[in-house]
Amino acid sequence: MSEPLVEFDDVLTRYEPVIGLETHVELGTESKMFCGCATTFGAEPNTQTCPVCLGLPGSLPVANAAAVESTIRIGLALGCRIASWSRFARKNYFYPDIPKGFQTSQYDEPLCTAGHLDVEVDGETYRVEIERVHLEEDTGKNLHVGGATGRIHGADHSLVDFNRAGIPLVEIVTRPVPGAGAKAPEVARAYVTELREIIQTLGASDVRMEQGSLRCDVNTSLAPTGSLEWGTRTETKNVNSLRSVERAVRYEMRRQAAVLDAGGRVLQETRHLHEDTGSTSPGRSKEEATDYRYFPEPDLVPLAPDAEWVEKLAAGLPELPAARRTRLQQEWGLSATEMTWLVNAGALGLVERTVAAGASPADARKWWLGELARRSNDAGVELTELAVTPAQVAELTALVAEGTVNDKLARQALDGVLAGEGDPRAVVQARGLAVMGESDELGAAVDAAIAGAPDVVAKVRGGKVQALGALVGAVMRTTRGQADAATVKRMLEERVLGG
Amino acid sequence: MSDLTALSVVELQQALSAGETTSVEVTRAHLDRIAAEDGALGAYLHVDGEAALRRAGEIDAAGTAGTGLAGIPVALKDVFVTEGVPTTSGSRILEGWRPPYDATVARRLKDAGTVLLGKTNMDEFAMGSSTENSAYGPTRNPWDHDRIPGGSSGGSSAAVAGRLAPFALGTDTGGSIRQPAAVTGLVGHKPTYGSVSRYGLIAFSSSLDQAGPMARTVLDAALLHEAIGGHDPRDSTSIDAPVPTVVEAARRGAGGDLAGLRVGVVRELGGDGAREGYDAGVLERVAEAVALLEGAGAEVREVSCPSFGLALPAYYLIAPSEASSNLARFEGMRFGIRVGDDGTRDIDEVMALTREQGFGPEVKRRIILGTYALSAGYYDAYYGQAQKVRTLIDRDFTAAFDDDVDVLVSPTSPTVAWPIGARVDDPLAMYAADLCTLPASLAGVPAISVPCGLSEGLPVGLQVMAPALADDRCYRVAAAVEAALGAPLTDRLAERAA
Amino acid sequence: MSSEPTPDTAAHPALDRQDIAHLARLARLAVTDEELDRFAGQLGAVLDAVAQVQRADVADVVPTTHAVPLTNVLRADVATPSLPRDAVLAGAPAAEDDRFRVPRILGEEA
Ligand SMILES: [Mg+2]
Ligand SMILES: [Zn+2]
Repeated sequence: MSEPLVEFDDVLTRYEPVIGLETHVELGTESKMFCGCATTFGAEPNTQTCPVCLGLPGSLPVANAAAVESTIRIGLALGCRIASWSRFARKNYFYPDIPKGFQTSQYDEPLCTAGHLDVEVDGETYRVEIERVHLEEDTGKNLHVGGATGRIHGADHSLVDFNRAGIPLVEIVTRPVPGAGAKAPEVARAYVTELREIIQTLGASDVRMEQGSLRCDVNTSLAPTGSLEWGTRTETKNVNSLRSVERAVRYEMRRQAAVLDAGGRVLQETRHLHEDTGSTSPGRSKEEATDYRYFPEPDLVPLAPDAEWVEKLAAGLPELPAARRTRLQQEWGLSATEMTWLVNAGALGLVERTVAAGASPADARKWWLGELARRSNDAGVELTELAVTPAQVAELTALVAEGTVNDKLARQALDGVLAGEGDPRAVVQARGLAVMGESDELGAAVDAAIAGAPDVVAKVRGGKVQALGALVGAVMRTTRGQADAATVKRMLEERVLGG
Repeated sequence: MSDLTALSVVELQQALSAGETTSVEVTRAHLDRIAAEDGALGAYLHVDGEAALRRAGEIDAAGTAGTGLAGIPVALKDVFVTEGVPTTSGSRILEGWRPPYDATVARRLKDAGTVLLGKTNMDEFAMGSSTENSAYGPTRNPWDHDRIPGGSSGGSSAAVAGRLAPFALGTDTGGSIRQPAAVTGLVGHKPTYGSVSRYGLIAFSSSLDQAGPMARTVLDAALLHEAIGGHDPRDSTSIDAPVPTVVEAARRGAGGDLAGLRVGVVRELGGDGAREGYDAGVLERVAEAVALLEGAGAEVREVSCPSFGLALPAYYLIAPSEASSNLARFEGMRFGIRVGDDGTRDIDEVMALTREQGFGPEVKRRIILGTYALSAGYYDAYYGQAQKVRTLIDRDFTAAFDDDVDVLVSPTSPTVAWPIGARVDDPLAMYAADLCTLPASLAGVPAISVPCGLSEGLPVGLQVMAPALADDRCYRVAAAVEAALGAPLTDRLAERAA
Repeated sequence: MSSEPTPDTAAHPALDRQDIAHLARLARLAVTDEELDRFAGQLGAVLDAVAQVQRADVADVVPTTHAVPLTNVLRADVATPSLPRDAVLAGAPAAEDDRFRVPRILGEEA
């Protein structure tokens, strides 16, 4: 792990990176790709298995219609050509988590080809070409036992759970992306972020990287600046967070530059990212190159989506994230930068729903990027994980707007909401947070303040009107912020000056 | 009642529904015969007499015996998975395995009320034409115990010919129902590919495998075919069409009238200039059978199918290729035996040792051949090319059926049953046994083998091939041959034994 | 499906012991030395025979990979009962903690 590394900025003085991404997405279907087993995450080991997904002798696959449709919809959302003739193929290799001795995948006849996805980094748009989108099945899960780390190396034996085996998996492969230069790591991250959002919008998957329902293989190569040929690429496997996608590219650029600087050759190999250090290390190389002996799966018949089917799926696509962002930016009158902040904060959807619940776009943004961002930051959770709904935030803004509470009281009401005390209006009621009107109670507080500070009163009456502020402060203190400051000021003026 | 094992299925149905016998009696008669004869024949790999009698008792108690196939005993080739009943596919690698589910055809026979007598021997993973490739020892031909019963469904053929079962299921990938039927004097039918479910049939070559009936008479075979046929949503290659009316066709054909039926004799399969490797006696019997068809009113002509000569090389690339992939799941991790897992070996070594000791030589040869044919750099020249040849063979069938004839005929097997051991060390000689049956397999069309006499005292079969989904034509023609010959050929075996 | 160059169709390469050993490794078969010799001989003869397919004139011929003229055979996305776990593990050569127990894995996932 103590490999030599070149400073990142230094890499760019001599080399041009090319990146590529292979993303696997587990579809959120009810049943598996080729059998009726359920797909519930976290079920007891081997309770969602049957002869088909266990690869028992004699069992046969039947393809899941919803998985095929989801794949086509993802292809359409990425601007792909949808094949009118497509087939499954067997990818033959031995591994304990593939029950049949082959993975049912697609090879030279994928469902979707030739799409693209535009991503934005620092105001600049990068086009990522999509080579193919194909449908396959997930593997089982190996648990390594013995040895210190629970890792494959040093393990004594392994235990296999086939609940995940056969869950439909869509693989999205980009073409190599040149020309991103120093932005390559961020482009990689932006691509996965955008892809994730598209798939989420389609409802095709919950795309939870931490649960492995979206996994990324990141390819990186370097070529000397100006060179016509691309360098040898490495493939960093199973990167499972957005941050790690960026880090994997960054690290590989620095490492490969050091190898090349020293006159060495970058090996074409798979590498593993270490989440703790952000470094990568080589996978165990095989003595012999793998020969998958692909051939068309004879147990499945071809997929031949006709134009009518594809058109129907296209017509049913929801508004995609990019279009939605453009629309909202216009509707809310935001600048491109403001929009970027909103998106980067992960608050776009929340603000949108808050606006839909009646808040003004400005108020909604103020809350989510301000107070709520602070709270999520303090708690170390995502905005979406805060125990407050957009509708509740909208209610808070309404309470302020109608003068029932001021900003400070509204924040106290939020405390109550987050503590599970109910909706804002109910919290205001229960905690007695409403702003005090010109009541006897407030009058008494004002009188008390006047009586308690004769020197200040004298100053005010002597012409130092701004000294009134100290009296306002005193009233606000005794009313614990519940009074409206303007009201208090007016009452003080009446009683000190006007009286 | 006289010997219940001598009755046909149709006769058993009549006796059962007339109350002249019971399913328990019929079952016991067969179990007794198995106990007496199977030591010498080796037709069965697994028999559970108690379970069979219990099942027969249930059918008797329900009062359904004799309706349809209820109460009739049946044997299944050990390639079909049967819930809770040992299933080996003739391989050591599955020794002791009891599947947690039923093959669709096994389930259908269960639902029809049949009584499972047992699982029959076979060439390991259906790879072979002699049943000598079984890990559990060879099966012998009831006509001559020193000869092979054909294969790979040789346990089923021996069981039915030897009256150890009234009828049985086999599977046919390149001839594994038809050839054993031919060399034991049975009727055996390979249905149209896709017309009988493959779910629960342990795959040898997925694009070729098909389950079908083996029986002593054409009508019995048709009854079994009808019980197992039809669409199965668990098999993606299953055709959603009604089962061809095979029972009706068998009855109609027995009337002996084939007026107007156009029959093509395939020149390339034992015809002029293509007789090398064929027994003269086989060709004579087949010629006589063709004459019988003519006598029944059929118009006979010779038809050339020039690509049939390439069926054998194409088949021996396609089948091993698919097999090399289908058999990858047998690695000792989830079911079956595991060898060498002593804590010192890694998983690759254990898988390799398990497969080394679990598979026999023919299976290994085919896995290696198939691995080669699919490997990078050779795919186009071997597997890809073979699939194109398959198209040529399909075109020959289409041309014949579209223009000239209603059915094609040929010998089923070029020779009669050969002595055990004669071809074990010569794979090519063994493969030549499938010469006539391979074209129909590659094209997915139905084909039946019907007995047409003896040569050297051993059975000879006539093969009748028809267009896809026209299985009824096979039965009709076969029934006419059977009727013209008088009695089931196996009756002569019974006479000989008596 | 491979787009690799095809070998010279006039003379296919013979399979020697080394080729057989490589193929056997790919197929996870621990063949003995004796088997290597025997298979090399037998497979050589078989290969000579099957290589005849290369003599066929197949220009413009589409390969037949599916014997049935079916497309789009799909099932509705409905969950159906799985096997009971006892039945799942009953046939396993080794099980532990409700999972299939397998020997130590050396290589990474392909
Ligand atoms: Mg993949
Ligand atoms: Zn399943």
